[in-house]
Amino acid sequence: MEPPVKIEVRNFNFYYGDFHALKDINLKIYENQVTAIIGPSGCGKTTLLRSFNRMHDLYPGNRYEGEIILYPDGINLIDKDVDPIAIRMRIGMVFQKPNPFPKSVYENVAYGLRIKGIKKKSVLDEKVEEALRAAALWDEVRDRLHENAYSLSGGQQQRLCIARAIAVEPEVLLFDEPTSALDPISTAKIEELVVELKKRLTIVIVTHNMQQAARVSDYTAFMYMGELVEFGPTEKIFTKPESKLTEEYITGRFG
Amino acid sequence: MENSDALRRNILRRKAVNLVMLSLSTLTALYGLVWLFWILADVVVNGFRFINTDLFLQDPAPPGTEGGGLRHAFLGHFIITALATLMGVPIGIGAGLFFAEYGRHSRFAGYLRSVTDVIVSFPSIVVGTLVYAILVKPVGHFMGISGSVALALLMIPVIAITTDEILRLVPNSLREAGYALGAYRWQVVKDITLPAAKRGILTGVILGIARIAGETAPLLFTSFNSNFLTLNPFEAMASLTVTIFQYAMGPYKEWHGQAWAAAFVLTVGTLLFFMTAKAVVHGMRRYG
Repeated sequence: MEPPVKIEVRNFNFYYGDFHALKDINLKIYENQVTAIIGPSGCGKTTLLRSFNRMHDLYPGNRYEGEIILYPDGINLIDKDVDPIAIRMRIGMVFQKPNPFPKSVYENVAYGLRIKGIKKKSVLDEKVEEALRAAALWDEVRDRLHENAYSLSGGQQQRLCIARAIAVEPEVLLFDEPTSALDPISTAKIEELVVELKKRLTIVIVTHNMQQAARVSDYTAFMYMGELVEFGPTEKIFTKPESKLTEEYITGRFG
Repeated sequence: MENSDALRRNILRRKAVNLVMLSLSTLTALYGLVWLFWILADVVVNGFRFINTDLFLQDPAPPGTEGGGLRHAFLGHFIITALATLMGVPIGIGAGLFFAEYGRHSRFAGYLRSVTDVIVSFPSIVVGTLVYAILVKPVGHFMGISGSVALALLMIPVIAITTDEILRLVPNSLREAGYALGAYRWQVVKDITLPAAKRGILTGVILGIARIAGETAPLLFTSFNSNFLTLNPFEAMASLTVTIFQYAMGPYKEWHGQAWAAAFVLTVGTLLFFMTAKAVVHGMRRYG
């Protein structure tokens, strides 16, 4: 039985100026599941991910075409009339390199809450602790909440960025190669966290690392040259892919 | 064997070249420093003996007579510079913010930014005449505040360009992290980029103040000069630099002594301001 759909991409095209970066993408992201997007460098996987929270709006010359429907309300989130700010409050993002703000650990997590207008200290305290616990970081930072975020290790900084993103309770969390700058132990912690977090939200993760996709995801999308080649349950993609191209990529013959 | 000989000669030659280059660059650095210390020593030796309490507490005595001081010029200089800083710092930082944050992808901002680069090296006397034409001439008399306007105009491009350059050093991923949380652009600028760049921006402000602290030319046509103490910026006002010029060129021995003393105070004052400001910026936390 299929889980409910959270995001549905329909006939989606994306252009960087004249460059046609994404071609006719059709894809479903299921609720409370982890969907991995894999593919060789330059295939458009990060471009697709950054379309979900309208990051391309920040730079001139980018153009979306088609529909990306966000449920339960069924709005087309790339529609010009939809405020990207409203979308980004519902769909959070964790980046490739840890990028905490130049603030304390506490203020990093509280920032999203503050811009939502939450001022009450007791509410902030409670939500910051909750987010740090959910990001498996609380025990390591509970005594250094007011130290600078840059004093944490790289892996801790990335978990802080996850805490910062989940503090505002988004419905979807996007991960853009979140472990590519981390050591194997920190990577394992982030992967555990991804699996744990899908209980509370829907996750889309872009990764270069096929083992990682196999370990953490329920569904996998394989992209090549701006097109979606194959999409399906991760187990099926990795054991019985339908496309020859997918098989060649996951067996390491190119990419 | 032949090979190792060639290698040794090669190493010796490179060592020799290294020594020559190092000596040349040390000499050029010394060349600059020699003049700097010469000027400093000259000012200290000639100026220090004319320092007395009257210099700071008295206004000028009639020309050619003993005594009197330069209280009017110290205060005037301070007022003119402070007003210039009040006007120049916000506009300079604002312009830098516009170049780096708001106009990042606009061609118009790119042009403005190039023009600003050119204005930095604008002759200051031209700025003085411009302000004379638009502020002094229509009003009909010299004013301290018009001197401040001229100095602010000199300061703005310096601050704008440093601010712009520092803001461009703030990694874009920090801005994106803010936007990804649903922040508006003004929130990203206020909460993330500005705090990350504040040390660099303050350095720009210090450079801007340094640019104007010792200016004479733009004041000649604007604040002009005065022999009396005034705190009213809408009257002609004395400044240290113009007073030094006037006294040094004048015929009286007393004037020459006071010009040296004023030069000494201006130099030491600027030096102290710099050292304090740099220490404050240095002591600030890199990330607040």
